[in-house]
Amino acid sequence: MAELLFWPALFAYGEAAVAYLNDARHPEAAGRLATWGVRIGWLVQTALLAVQAARADGFPWSTWGGSLNLFVWLVVGAYLIWGCQPRYRLLGLAVLPLAVVLFILARVGGGTGVGSRSHYSNLFLVLHVGLVLAAFAGFTLAAALSALYLWQERRLKRRESSILRLRAPALSRLDEVAARTIAFALPALTLGIAVGIARLRDRGGGFDVLMAVTIVTWTVYAASLALRHLAGWRGRRAAYLILAGFVLVAVVRLALPVTHFAT
Amino acid sequence: MSIVLVGISHHQAPVELRERAALDRSRAAELAQALAGGQGEAVCLSTCNRTELYLADESGDAAEEKAEAALLALESELGPALYRLRDDEAALHLFRVAAGLDSMIPGEGEILGQVRVAHEAGATGPLLDRLFRQALQAGKKARSQTAIGESPASVSSAAAALAEQVFGDLEGRTVLVVGAGKVGEAAIRNLVSRGATIASVANRTGQRAEELTQRFGGEALSLDRVEEELARADVVLSSTSAPGWVLTREQVEQALPARKGRPLFLIDLAVPRDLDPAIHELEGCYLYDIDDLEAVVAETLVGRRREAERAETIVAEEADRFRAWQASLEVVPAITSLRARAEQIRDAELRRAKLNDAERRAAESVTAAVLNKLLHLPTIRMKQAAAAADGVIYADAVRHLFGLEDER
Repeated sequence: MAELLFWPALFAYGEAAVAYLNDARHPEAAGRLATWGVRIGWLVQTALLAVQAARADGFPWSTWGGSLNLFVWLVVGAYLIWGCQPRYRLLGLAVLPLAVVLFILARVGGGTGVGSRSHYSNLFLVLHVGLVLAAFAGFTLAAALSALYLWQERRLKRRESSILRLRAPALSRLDEVAARTIAFALPALTLGIAVGIARLRDRGGGFDVLMAVTIVTWTVYAASLALRHLAGWRGRRAAYLILAGFVLVAVVRLALPVTHFAT
Repeated sequence: MSIVLVGISHHQAPVELRERAALDRSRAAELAQALAGGQGEAVCLSTCNRTELYLADESGDAAEEKAEAALLALESELGPALYRLRDDEAALHLFRVAAGLDSMIPGEGEILGQVRVAHEAGATGPLLDRLFRQALQAGKKARSQTAIGESPASVSSAAAALAEQVFGDLEGRTVLVVGAGKVGEAAIRNLVSRGATIASVANRTGQRAEELTQRFGGEALSLDRVEEELARADVVLSSTSAPGWVLTREQVEQALPARKGRPLFLIDLAVPRDLDPAIHELEGCYLYDIDDLEAVVAETLVGRRREAERAETIVAEEADRFRAWQASLEVVPAITSLRARAEQIRDAELRRAKLNDAERRAAESVTAAVLNKLLHLPTIRMKQAAAAADGVIYADAVRHLFGLEDER
């Protein structure tokens, strides 16, 4: 069943990614197709996650592939909040291809099947993994917004004559929305880390690279908000800082083992 | 009834000729009334790009002569620039005009309002009323279903659209105007119409600055106070006739810490330029001069022309619908006569029959249903034939077969 749901979800995300590319060239019809592709794909993936949850013994997304699957769902869910608005459609060009690649990686990593087994309690994993992944999904969206900001800023600086023909969201709006997304995601990461530290104290265990990089990530995003409010770090500087934070998110998500307390 | 169009436009007539044939609303209304006479219909469409007279009359030739004479009475030298169109061609032309496809700048927005005004001021009957309503519909459809009217077509509207690319909604954004000449006025109007607020107007002479602040709001300043206003402005619009820089990179750089990272959009409409081009290199500062804006406008016009091709299809479809409607008018009298004759026979037969109330009601219901079913197909076929230009032949055949000749 879960296997059957993976392919339509992937197809819908893929269709949306291609439609966003066409929308950039010919707005209107392709944009609507893209939005519907995202909606349908996300609903099908929700069904996939529901099937996984129903058939799993414990929290089903504690593996590398499983957490990536959940991460894609959170990223696309976060994108849906903005992406349905026509002026943010261009953001889909950054988010959907990424979602497609990560979704395929999740499958290759065995994260889209059923019957996984976890060594940890459901509540701990829901709080720790769920909150950290939700925060990372927010940071991913913020990174896409910042990338779009830098692209739009470069067009304005280069005085590209096509700037009004292929319209992107306004600079100020991209900057504000990226900051607001981080303001929502950072508390989630803080809570997720706090739950992890509480368990570490309770059960014991060493400090590992995954924890170190996650805390550095937290520091970077916290600094981006603090500098924004205290030193007026907006626009280009803020965008670079958010992208630097996203590099750390990518390292945590893709380059490091997903669990700390391997048994 | 024939539709006749006689007119001049920017395609053939230079502005010196067009301005002599231009009519204001009241004169256009008077001329329409005069041309319509007792039984005809007339509309005068007069804009800066064209003066066109639309007439609907039984005799197309007579209407054309009348319209031509009216235009030549306005200006005797118009003759070589006049164009004349009839029926389908005239309708298609008006639909293209309403969609902005015949304008100097494809898709320009003003023409739709001008067609509406002409329609309201005209002496219309069933034919021209329908023609102008459908033209307005075609114009709206072309704009809503294509992007023909979306991009700015002037330097001032491009400047405002670029400001929106930096700030999004301009509601609540403040503008510092430097120089109070005519050049900047259109840009001010564009920015204000999109929600921006004029915070201050700095000018060499206070009187002209005061005039502008009275019209658009804000505070009048002397030029030496521009620097201190930089900290709070979102947009700087400069159009002075000063020979050197009014604002240098250093002056703007000094104002940046107080701005706390807020972007600054600067528009330089002056020649020679007012704003040091090096300002554009500063972080968060975006400076566009007249050449940059003109390049943006040229690019958007290319886009408009591409969209115009899609709009042509929409307009052609609307013209086809109008032609089908106009053609159906030829068979309407025959259909009406046929139905009236059938009703007359049914009524007479029902009166002759000796029936009680209940039987009469039942008979009336049955015969009405039979009649409707019997006449439905011929009615549809006649309308279809009318759209295919055979309508008159079919209508004559029906009149002959059912003996309706006397009811013509």
